[in-house]
Amino acid sequence: MSRTQTILRGIVLGVGALAFLFPFYYMVIGSLQTAPDATVAGAFPNPANITGENYVNINSRINLATGLINSGIFTGGVLLCTLVFGILVGYALAVLQWRGRGMTFALVILVQVVPFQLLMIPLYVLIARDYGLTDNYLGMILPFAINSTAVVIFRQFFLQLPKELFEAARIDGASEIKLLWSIAIPLARPAIITGVLLTFIGPWNEFLWPFLITKDAGKQPLAVSLANYISNVAASTANPFGATLAGAVVLAVPVVVLFIVFQRYFISSDLGSGVKG
Amino acid sequence: MTTATARRAGVSLPPGSSRRHKVFGKNPLGLLFSAPYLIFVILIFAYPLVYAIWIAFHDFFFAAPGAQVDRPFVGLDNFVTALTDPAVLRSFLNVGIFLVINVPLTVVLSMLLATALNKVVHLRAFLRVAFYVPYVTASVAVVAVWLFLFNGGGLVNSILGPLAPDPSWLINSAWAMPTIAIFVTWKQLGFYILLYLSALQNVPKELYESASTDGAGAVRQFFSVTVPGVRPATVLVLLVSTITGANLFTEPYLLTGGGGPDGASASPVLIMYQKGLQQGQPDVASAIGVVLVIGVLIIAFVQNRLVGRED
Repeated sequence: MSRTQTILRGIVLGVGALAFLFPFYYMVIGSLQTAPDATVAGAFPNPANITGENYVNINSRINLATGLINSGIFTGGVLLCTLVFGILVGYALAVLQWRGRGMTFALVILVQVVPFQLLMIPLYVLIARDYGLTDNYLGMILPFAINSTAVVIFRQFFLQLPKELFEAARIDGASEIKLLWSIAIPLARPAIITGVLLTFIGPWNEFLWPFLITKDAGKQPLAVSLANYISNVAASTANPFGATLAGAVVLAVPVVVLFIVFQRYFISSDLGSGVKG
Repeated sequence: MTTATARRAGVSLPPGSSRRHKVFGKNPLGLLFSAPYLIFVILIFAYPLVYAIWIAFHDFFFAAPGAQVDRPFVGLDNFVTALTDPAVLRSFLNVGIFLVINVPLTVVLSMLLATALNKVVHLRAFLRVAFYVPYVTASVAVVAVWLFLFNGGGLVNSILGPLAPDPSWLINSAWAMPTIAIFVTWKQLGFYILLYLSALQNVPKELYESASTDGAGAVRQFFSVTVPGVRPATVLVLLVSTITGANLFTEPYLLTGGGGPDGASASPVLIMYQKGLQQGQPDVASAIGVVLVIGVLIIAFVQNRLVGRED
């Protein structure tokens, strides 16, 4: 490896990192500006132009706490369903022998391929019209209750566990439920954390579906109430960008922190197996 | 599982259970464990999928809950209505422009950055996090900062000075869609970099060694070892980025204020929302959805033939 190549690689990666991180830095800077400063100098912190006012402003327009709680309930519900259904079916696919196993696995793959836009209209008709679940957490959670990518990750992990472990426990008379609960799940902690991380960003960041299904501002997840603020209110305010960016920071921080803390669980090999099937 | 296990498991079972085995397999509990998942697949996937196609072929409208209404079969009427509407055709052209920019850019940049990242020893974790932060952050949040960066008096234009397009990026009918395509490329790149990183682990080291012995330089090695070595990942990246692109909604809704200027950045899903839910024509919207998915399938098939072939 020559020196020029190392330098060239450093430049490529450095430019890449800058392009990815700068907008986030700029988001924070912009959210703290008293008056929006779009000049090059405005990209650097200026003590004379710093304020927490924007956070107060956005909070008076859209209740940030309510939004965060709604996002939390929506995300929590989706996570719970994904984990319970996903671990059960992942275990059944990896460890148990039963009729229909091959077909179920084929379904898991098929579900990942059909895009959401085709299901948008019928799901809206069913959930909002027929079941009357508008402005209801259940209505938000239902379409995301199963996460087939997580199923594949769980299955992949359970497949890697040594078969002897299960055989030995079965001979000792342990039931399959006990095997799952006290052997497979404790061992699968890394896969479960990866599954949780991967699932978390779906509902937390989701806009289209909760936007369709919630009309009541008190039930909207933060992504939806912030989007409504951007498209309806922001233009008519004195510092439109400040308040919007403050809301954006509040929406982004929980996920970014989560991923920095657990970054070692979000690695290529787990993810690769999950998506490739 | 081995036959030894089966025999052992068979011994522990009570007599008379062998017929049950024939029907449900060795471990019928598997079906029970899978039941919740399967029920949800039927409820929120299979049934809506069939329903979507049914709606597209019928005169479907929103009625009061519980009301008995007649929804006659109308053949291809909804498809004709959809495909003779200039706004719908424009949205398909727009998503075409989007894919032509977004998909190749995604493949090239993510492959390049993953290859560079793969050889790095220092700062590896930091760089990886930096690359996937946009991917894990909500579109709504990053849209806010892009609006700030790319508006008429924004930072991008103050750096470009006289080179800035007029009207500015997101309100310029020629630039609105390309700007959205670049935004989405930037936003999703981290995910594809992770896929390529995973694929790079499977390229045998010996290939690089023998290429090096044959006198191939780094650039030559990249094209004759890395690119063919990660081909399965490329097929996947093409497929996923095409599907993601066809699903485009949030970005035109927020970045260009609902597909503006004058429909120049409206995506098919945005039109489906406007037609189906705002203007009460779910049947036409469903027809657009069916056409869109067929289009995606054709593109995916062609991509697979062109890139996925073994040679």
